[in-house]
Amino acid sequence: MLEQIKHNMENIAGVAIYPILSLLLFFTFFIGLGLWVYTYKKDKIKELSNMPLND
Amino acid sequence: MEMQQFYYDNKIVKKFIYATIVFGVVGMLVGLILAFMFLFPNITDGISWLSFGRLRPLHTNAVIFAFVGNAMFAGIYYSLQRLLKARMFNDFLSNLHFWGWQLIIVAAAISLPLGYSTSKEYAELEWPVDIAIALIWVVFGINMIGTILKRRERHLYVAIWFYIATFVTVAVLHIFNSLELPVSAMKSYSVYAGVQDALVQWWYGHNAVAFFLTTPFLGLMYYFVPKVANRPVYSYRLSIVHFWSLIFIYIWAGPHHLLYSALPTWAQNLGVVFSIMLIAPSWGGMINGLLTLRGVWDKVRTEPVLKFFVVAITGYGMATFEGPMLSLKNVNAIAHYTDWIIAHVHVGALAWNGFMAFGMIYWLIPRMTKGTLFSTKLANFHFWIGTLGIILYTLPMYVAGFTQASMWKQFNPDGTLMYGNFLETVKEIMPMYAMRAVGGTLYLIGMLVLVYNIIQTVRANAKIEDELAEAPELQNIGNGRIKGEKYHTWLERRPIQMTIFAVVAILIGGIVQIVPTIMVKSNIPTIASVKPYSPLELEGRDLYIREGCVGCHSQSVRPFRSEVERYGPQSKAGEFVYDHPFLWGSKRTGPDLLREGGKYNDNWHFNHFWNPQSISTGSIMPSYKWLFDNKPLDISLTEKKMKAMVTLGVPYTEAQVANGLKDLRTQAIKIEESLKNDPDFVKSYEESKKKAAAKGEVFVPMNQREIVALIAYVQRLGTDIKVKNNVKK
Repeated sequence: MLEQIKHNMENIAGVAIYPILSLLLFFTFFIGLGLWVYTYKKDKIKELSNMPLND
Repeated sequence: MEMQQFYYDNKIVKKFIYATIVFGVVGMLVGLILAFMFLFPNITDGISWLSFGRLRPLHTNAVIFAFVGNAMFAGIYYSLQRLLKARMFNDFLSNLHFWGWQLIIVAAAISLPLGYSTSKEYAELEWPVDIAIALIWVVFGINMIGTILKRRERHLYVAIWFYIATFVTVAVLHIFNSLELPVSAMKSYSVYAGVQDALVQWWYGHNAVAFFLTTPFLGLMYYFVPKVANRPVYSYRLSIVHFWSLIFIYIWAGPHHLLYSALPTWAQNLGVVFSIMLIAPSWGGMINGLLTLRGVWDKVRTEPVLKFFVVAITGYGMATFEGPMLSLKNVNAIAHYTDWIIAHVHVGALAWNGFMAFGMIYWLIPRMTKGTLFSTKLANFHFWIGTLGIILYTLPMYVAGFTQASMWKQFNPDGTLMYGNFLETVKEIMPMYAMRAVGGTLYLIGMLVLVYNIIQTVRANAKIEDELAEAPELQNIGNGRIKGEKYHTWLERRPIQMTIFAVVAILIGGIVQIVPTIMVKSNIPTIASVKPYSPLELEGRDLYIREGCVGCHSQSVRPFRSEVERYGPQSKAGEFVYDHPFLWGSKRTGPDLLREGGKYNDNWHFNHFWNPQSISTGSIMPSYKWLFDNKPLDISLTEKKMKAMVTLGVPYTEAQVANGLKDLRTQAIKIEESLKNDPDFVKSYEESKKKAAAKGEVFVPMNQREIVALIAYVQRLGTDIKVKNNVKK
């Protein structure tokens, strides 16, 4: 599968930057998401998750 | 802090619920009629506006935009006000949204059966309706964001994030997929052609499923499931991960609808990779929904609302596991174009969307009428008959799908197709189609039981009035982060920044796939022998679009031995460069037509369109008798259409445009001459001339009638690059 992608992409100048960019993009995105979620305080999470029950 | 009193707008919720119910019945009824048309293809014989091809988009649009759309709005208008402790931003906008949306639905219900269609799936509505949709959608967005801005609750609950993502993404999708060049008040051509049109269409089509049928309903799940179970969501952290990863990944997956087509392979493969990745957020969300019920599963035994929710979420889980599996190329090779896909989408529509909507309605109506449901027993009955309906609908379709795939691909030892006649497959799966109609009937009965139950509930209880609530005013703590406030906590009280991030997340995937396909010329290698359609063929193609032929016939031959043997050489990207819009289709109820040109003579097509069963015994294609009516083909727009094509990049010369009508007539007369080779045709043609004379009608020669244009188009299909004798016989 990767062979096909490489074959189609190899004509683009400076294509080597693409995989590095993608890796960085996804790595940052998901690590950032993980950090975001796991640095929440327990109280805050509790408060937020109770919002539908408080009307 | 001073408490402020205000009223929640329940009346707008009520309106959307009633519209959900009305259009739910309509959409499902049309679906059922279509299911019966598989068994009795000519039950609406001769009535053009009740033909299968025209009703199919009506069914899909009614279910998606009218039934699910109204249910979504009802749920959003109810939960948004309560989660934000504020009345909707503006009552006028709420009502404009409601009535505007219903008008659009009515416009669809009239225009689609009349044949006004762009043929792009779930985007069939013509350009004036497209503009109306965009405007009303913006009204909804302003109303929602306005409410968010005047809220009395500092933080935005995760459900609201899903609503915001729904609004922005559907706006982006709808606008870009609907870019079309109008040629008259109700006719336009997609600005994209062939491969590019296909990519944009399925970027739209797939994400219409994602952001119209999925994200808003996930928001509703995050509100209503905790509410009904009376306990908070299982993991709020998981819901955050669910949201961001889902919207980030979903947008990339569109090309899985085009596997093994002429779309560049890199785009296909990107679609596959992201589709597989989608399992994670989808199942995260499903697990989060189901585990919210931990410790209260006993309630599921007695509360029909929770029963509906449990089956809905399970259906979501099944469909979102199946989706990625179907995106694997080897699985897709089996499933694509078969009834398996029909099963797949109906697990989503009937279980996930339908049952979420039913649960919500059964919970909201008693609450808003300040009473109890008229009959819990009937609601339970609805649940069971609905569930049975889903099973009886989907199981036969799975069996049919596998049967089709295995028969289509089966070879004899001597290398010929074992089931060379397409009809052998059709005949084989007729019992499955019959069972599916039974399943659909059960599901519709359940829906009618809901109608009765809700009417009785509303009659017995109090009138639905706006609800008094109170909450303290939101103190202004400034736009910046306050001391000790974490970044994400800040972001959650900043809806605009949140919206911008969501837009960025959804744009990345679309840009990476679509921009190169449109900009990089080498992605679509041109083929010298591929020429634009003749004027008559162009008109015929518009008839093909009007009659919805694309609902049952694909125009895309995949690079498989079984398909090349059956249909001819595989599709190439360069073949479709003049196709505004593309007509690859997504289902083969009938055979592929990409290489149909020249397979049969004109008379065969003539007789086949008049009465398919007389030519192909056991065929389930309906007849198209109105194309033979004693009325001329409308050629008033031919020149304009050709000019529009020139604007879109089709290389008609000035002379070709100027001589358009002359060329059209010449080609039509040639077809009429070839029809006269059949003595039966000559005989009946003379008779019809006499009949018209007896009635005092003006007789329209055959060469001026619609059928001739359609034959011209069908005979043209695939002939540009037809390689002779390439198939061993």
